[in-house]
Parts: sequence; C-alpha cells; structure tokens
Amino acid sequence: MLAHAIFFYIFSIIAIISAIMVTVSKNTVHSVFFLILDFISISCLFIMIGAEFLGMIMLIVYVGAVAVLFLFVVMMLNVAQQKNQWFNSETSSSGHIPVGLIISTIIFFELIIVVGGWKYKPELLNPNTNQISNEISNTHSLGQVLYTDYIHVFQISGMILLIAMIGAIVLTFRQREGVKTQSYLKQISRERSEGIEVLEVPSNKGVKIDD
Amino acid sequence: MEYINLVFEEVYKILFLLIPVLVSVAMIVWLDRRVWAFVQKRQGPNVVGPFGLLQSLADALKYIFKEIIIPASSNKVIFILAPIITMTLALIAWAVIPFGEGQVLANINVGILYIFAVSSLGVYGIIMGGWASNSKYPFLGSIRSAAQMVSYEVSIGIIIINVLLCVGSLNLSDIVLAQQNIWFIIPLFPMFVIFFISALAETNRPPFDLPEAEAELVAGYQTEYSGMMYAMFWLGEYANILLMCALGSILFLGGWLSPIDLYPFNLIPGVIWLILKILLLFVLFALVKAVVPRYRYDQLMRLGWKIFLPLSLTYVVLTASYLFYFNLLPTI
Repeated sequence: MLAHAIFFYIFSIIAIISAIMVTVSKNTVHSVFFLILDFISISCLFIMIGAEFLGMIMLIVYVGAVAVLFLFVVMMLNVAQQKNQWFNSETSSSGHIPVGLIISTIIFFELIIVVGGWKYKPELLNPNTNQISNEISNTHSLGQVLYTDYIHVFQISGMILLIAMIGAIVLTFRQREGVKTQSYLKQISRERSEGIEVLEVPSNKGVKIDD
Repeated sequence: MEYINLVFEEVYKILFLLIPVLVSVAMIVWLDRRVWAFVQKRQGPNVVGPFGLLQSLADALKYIFKEIIIPASSNKVIFILAPIITMTLALIAWAVIPFGEGQVLANINVGILYIFAVSSLGVYGIIMGGWASNSKYPFLGSIRSAAQMVSYEVSIGIIIINVLLCVGSLNLSDIVLAQQNIWFIIPLFPMFVIFFISALAETNRPPFDLPEAEAELVAGYQTEYSGMMYAMFWLGEYANILLMCALGSILFLGGWLSPIDLYPFNLIPGVIWLILKILLLFVLFALVKAVVPRYRYDQLMRLGWKIFLPLSLTYVVLTASYLFYFNLLPTI
C-alpha cells in the first residue's frame, strides 16, 4: 500500500503542477506540452484506481489525437505573438481581462453548483456492499453497462458528435475555382495509343499540336 | 528489504527484455541494409566482422564519439527531450509483448490498447524535435509526420477492432491463444494487407517516408540533430518498426504458436517462432523499401482517409454480422 500511496501522490502532484503551468507559462507551445503532461498523469491516476480502460482511452483520444491538433494549431498560428499584443499594449488590454474574469467566475460557480448538488447512490459509498468481481474485467463491465442500460444516451452522444463533425466540415468547406485535380481512374486507364500520336511533318511547313 | 528485492527482480526482468531488443535493433539495421543492397544487386555492409554483422556496432560507436551540436536558436530543453521521448516510447511498448504462454513482462488486460496508446504518443517525439529545432525543414517534416501518423492510426485502430471482435479480449496472450485453430490472417486477409501498409506509414518507412524525404526536406525532423541524439531517433525508429512487426505477427500470424501442431515443430520453443515471424515481416518491410517509389503527400492522405478507412469500416461491419449471424461471437 505504501508504494501505491507514493505513486498516487507523485502523479497527483505532477497533475496539479502541470495544470497550473498550463495557465502560467509564457510560451503557448509550452502550455500545450504541460496540458499533455496533465492528461498523461490523469490517465495514470485512472489506471491506479483500476479503471485501466478509461486510462488507456484517455491516452489514445486526448493525448494521441486532441492534443496533437492543439499543438498543430498553436505552432502554426504563432499565438505567442498575439498574446503579447493583447495583454501588453495599453490600449487593448482593458477589453479582454474583465470579460475573461466574468466568464471564469461564472464557470467557477457552475462547478460549485454541480459538485455541491452531486449525489451518490448510498450503496456506492459503503465499501461492503460495493462488490467488484475479479472475474469480469474492467472493459467487459463497462461494455455491459454502456450497451444495455445506457444504449440510448450512448447513441445520442455519438449522433451529436457526428452532427458536430458534419457542421465543422460544412462551415470550412468552400469550392475553389481553378483547382487542377487529377483523376486516378483516367491516369490508370490511359492507353499507349492515346498517349502517343505520330504525325507526318511536311517539310518547310511544320505542324501545330495542342491548339 | 522485501521491496528492494522486488525492485531488483523487476529490474532484472526488464534488462532481460530490453538488452535483446536493443541488440536486435542493431542487427535489424544491418539486415535492412543487406536486403536493400541485395535487391539492387549491391553488396551492402560486408566489411566489419563476419558478413558485416558488426557494422551497426561500428556505426553506434561512431555516433557516440561524435559531438552533439545544439543549434543556438533552438528551444534547448525540448530539443534534448525529443529523442529521449522517441526512444523511451519505442522501448516501453515491448513490456506487454508476449513471447510465449506466460512469458510476458506485464500481462495486463488492456495490452493492445496500451500498445496503441504508446504508438500514438510516438508522434510527440517527432513534433517536439521538429518544432524545437527552430528551422524550416524540420518543422515541415514534423508537421507532415504528425498528420500522417494521426491519419493512419485511425485505420490501424479499426483493423484492431476487427481482430478484437473475433477474440473478445484486449489481452495480447488471449489474442494469440484464440488463433490456435486458425490464424487470423486467413479469415481477415484483406485487413492484414491494410495493416501492413498502415504500419509502413505509421513508422515512416518508404514508400511513406515523406517526413524525411531527402529530396524535399533534407532529413525532415532529424536535420538539426547530430551524434548520439540522432542515433537515439534512429534506434527509436527501428524499435518501432520491430514493434509493428511483432504486433502484426501477434494479431494475424498467431504469435508464438507453431504453424503446424505436429511432433518436430512442437519442440521448438514459442520464442523462436515469434522471432521468425517478426523477421519475415521485417524482410517484407525491407523489400518494400527497395522496390516501391515514394508516394506524393496528397496521395498518401487520400489512401489513408478515402480508401483504408472506408474499407476497414466495411470489414468491421462484415465481420460483426458474420459472427452474429452464425452465433460465433466470443463470450466471457
């Protein structure tokens, strides 16, 4: 148990410190790296309490896909410069900080309301009634609940994600004029007889190709 | 005292796994170059040691004694971290690979997800190296590589789902044991082909080595690296290739199981079979490198998203319907 406690505190301290560093660090790319470190330590915590499937999915989805896109955007847009302009110049700084403060207070109170109004099932809080069978693995038990009791919620959340994806594509999709595209079928189905044309060239007149 | 003994035992086990992996990475580089040379009717490295076997060792020594140059305008911490991360991630994934029944360092329930997660983290070493170099070629290379690895991970994930549907467990040993009657390469052959091509793209091997396409980007994200740091990138890359071969042989070629369950073949230990299968896949990797020209970048993206993704998704539906209709779905 001692080793367990030591690892728990190591991971939670890393998680908290890196979460603070996300907001504090000056370089935006560094904050994304701290965010990734935060995700990794959180997934380690998940694994430590026995939720191995959740921990791994957290790594794959958040660290392997979402954070890569974050990093992409931050590296490409060079946000560091913009941030300096926003917060350092005297004319524009007044506009952003109050708005940010208001929004963060609202989110803070929302969190308090949600956490304060949270209720657990009484049998979950009692360790004696909370039987965890060792035969069924974490993944199996998640699947058994997800695809039976919560199938509608699961499907609806999938639908919402699909709609969000389609929406994002529709918003950013634009038909561009004058784009040269290649048709792979055309390229493969080209015959030798179409590709080469043998012409008789009359002397002193020449011939015109490709008008 | 008990703790210390436990720690020593684990360290011993880890070394027993890691040292062979590192040595075989060095050997596999030699094999890669020899196969490549063989296809092109050249000799390849054949001077150092018998058949040139010690060539990789000589190369490694050369890298160790070379100076490590850190560019003045680079982001130094991240620049040094990048090769370390690449190599660490390539090595820790070996913890869950089973070499025989019960012969595995960590027999965890979500082994396949662990490998998938670690290989999806591998992108960070490359992005960090490219960004921290603060130079155009490495940055372009790392962006290409990140987009490429993220795209091909999707199809690899769906191919893994195909196998998992037939097994009903995420444990790698269970996946191998489920192939005792028939290797999954026979019912899932199209998926094996797609897995092989996606593995090529995932490990940045030719014909998908656009992140380090020397004609366009010098050496991609490795351009600014030198000495031991370059060697670490390189070791990590080959360890990843070996890992992908191991994953392919576990998912489709029956892992440590012998091809025929008959008398003389039974006596050969499972490790040998697994190594033979890994080598077979690796020689295929090396042959592809020698035979096929490099893809263009838009063709690569098109192949990943418009061909492999729909194909593997369709195959998931087919496999699931087949298993459901004939009542073959695995139960706990």
